[in-house]
Amino acid sequence: MRNIVRHRLFWPVVTLAALLALNVIVEHDFFAIRLQDGHLFGSVIDILRNGAPTLLVALGMTLVIATRGIDLSVGAIVAICGALACSMIAASPTPGSVGTVLIAVGAALVLAIVLGLWNGLLVSVLGIQPIIATLILMTAGRGLAMLITEGQIITVSSAPYKVIGGGYWLTMPASILIAGVMFALTALLTRKTALGILIESVGINPEASRLAGVRSRSILWTVYIFSAFCAGVAGLMISSNVTAADANNAGLWIELDAILAVVLGGTSLAGGRYSLIGTLIGAFVIQTLTTTVYTVGIAPEITLVFKALVVIAVCLLQSPAMQARVRNARRRRALQKQGTDAAGAPAVSPASLTNEGAAS
Amino acid sequence: MKKILGMAAAGALLFALAGCTASGGASADGPKDTKDLVVGFAQVGAESGWRTANTKDIQSSFKEAGITLKFSDAQQKQENQIKAIRSYIQQKVDVIAFSPVVESGWDTVLKEAKNAGIPVVLTDRAVDSKDTSLYETFLGSDFVTEGKKAGEWALNEFKDASGTVPIIQLEGTTGSAPAIDRTKGFADAIAANPNLKIVASQTGDFTRSGGKQVMEALLKAHPDVKLLWAQNDDMGLGAIEAIEAAGKVPGKDIKIITADATHDGMQAAADGKINFIVECNPLMGKQLIEIVKKINKGEDVPKRIVTDETTFTSAQAKEALPSRKY
Repeated sequence: MRNIVRHRLFWPVVTLAALLALNVIVEHDFFAIRLQDGHLFGSVIDILRNGAPTLLVALGMTLVIATRGIDLSVGAIVAICGALACSMIAASPTPGSVGTVLIAVGAALVLAIVLGLWNGLLVSVLGIQPIIATLILMTAGRGLAMLITEGQIITVSSAPYKVIGGGYWLTMPASILIAGVMFALTALLTRKTALGILIESVGINPEASRLAGVRSRSILWTVYIFSAFCAGVAGLMISSNVTAADANNAGLWIELDAILAVVLGGTSLAGGRYSLIGTLIGAFVIQTLTTTVYTVGIAPEITLVFKALVVIAVCLLQSPAMQARVRNARRRRALQKQGTDAAGAPAVSPASLTNEGAAS
Repeated sequence: MKKILGMAAAGALLFALAGCTASGGASADGPKDTKDLVVGFAQVGAESGWRTANTKDIQSSFKEAGITLKFSDAQQKQENQIKAIRSYIQQKVDVIAFSPVVESGWDTVLKEAKNAGIPVVLTDRAVDSKDTSLYETFLGSDFVTEGKKAGEWALNEFKDASGTVPIIQLEGTTGSAPAIDRTKGFADAIAANPNLKIVASQTGDFTRSGGKQVMEALLKAHPDVKLLWAQNDDMGLGAIEAIEAAGKVPGKDIKIITADATHDGMQAAADGKINFIVECNPLMGKQLIEIVKKINKGEDVPKRIVTDETTFTSAQAKEALPSRKY
């Protein structure tokens, strides 16, 4: 039991369960899923579908953070890729054809990889601090997206494009299937090969790993390209979900949601050890939190406060320092109880107890 | 490498200095020639189709009139807008115009503009400042009236309803003037019939994805909803997708009222998916130029100028669509 409670994913899972329970209390058939026009329909399906972009971005972010880096540019990449794909489809004479959509999607993903190359170049070759290197694209990227859309919201009516973020495949939302496949591939590639260990070693000590024969430069470069690619796919999903490219709002603050998902999942921002499953749970905690706000009917004015309180609570419960304090307090109380039970023969003198209290 | 960087930095500095001297030198003595006027405009962002129509009209009107327009996009953030206004003050523009992102927190920067002797025109959205001497005039729609128009249509549409009519309201950005005033106007109007009841009200941030996500969740919590009041077209368009995904027919199973009347919104109305649109006219470029010219000549400008606006039913939208400018 103690091992379960101490597991670093214990509190995120409890939070997710608590949020879902809260939803069920307010809306009794929250878990009800039915078939609607040949696809699954229900609140849980919505959480999966709307959580897919955050999950993807957080997936790339996990590997970047594992190398002791951070990628702030993902939100801008989301906007750029959505803008490019939508404007290409809108400009084409046959927006509804699969070929057009494939070309547009391909072009957007190539652009995402180029943007990842740029981030990787700044971080791994030029040695710029990741937070500064990716900040460049974070601020400039939205401008680039605005340039592509000419400041307009581009509406596309293309059935094949709609599938990526808003469509269904085998009754499941296509977006969660895409995110799931990418998640599984990443897990296989990093955990069934040495890649994961190499990424962690670069995160723990890049210089030592280089001396040990790890090509840290190419590994750094790879994770930034991967992060940008994930953001690119997420950008296609977000624009496809509403069949419109919105350079200003698409993926706004998604980088922070992604970082939060990674941290909630127990990956340390100091680099090294990372957990993909943790990120998965973290991403769905965030999406469920958003849905809970709507179902429970929390007033828009206090939404952010509610979200902040939940996040603070999870972070506190997870923090090792906080857990140690709780354990100490509990042990002390147990000792005190023992002392009074033993009538006049305290196991620990009160003086030493107060000392301990002041020290901790 | 270092040398090149150094030279680039020096170049940038020189460029910035040159910019300062070129745009300075505005003075308060007498009206200027129209083509010498410089107006700084701090836009909210490009968060909706309405906003981009507004931006385009202002930019093209100024170009036509031959007045220099310095334009900035705040990406929906007050701090960006304050920064833009401060830079206009430093550049000594002749008039500053802006659409406040939120209602409150403008006193300091408006006082700075007043002390610098630069008149300020509010467009589209108001500020809650008690001191009305801080700005020359407020040009824009009356959002309370817009909310009222929406509510009155709902009253008439459901006047024969015997039971409760559950309503979902999608609010705009929390704290923004249109969100506050449209909510108020609508609530005031539907108060006349106790059967009309808002069962859920959430913000969709005036965006399509916001409207879609909120509507998906609210539809599950309130499946019996009869009327949707979306405070702009974009949230309404997002909500339509959520309603269709739930297997209901927008405009029939759930009646929809939106505000703004952008092109995509009017198209949806013409298709019968939106039942009623309250127009919020974004074409204020001409009126803004009139105001700038009057201020330049030292003439009096009324403190409140309301833009001309109408409403559209589905049939009217179909008729009006081909001749719409935005």
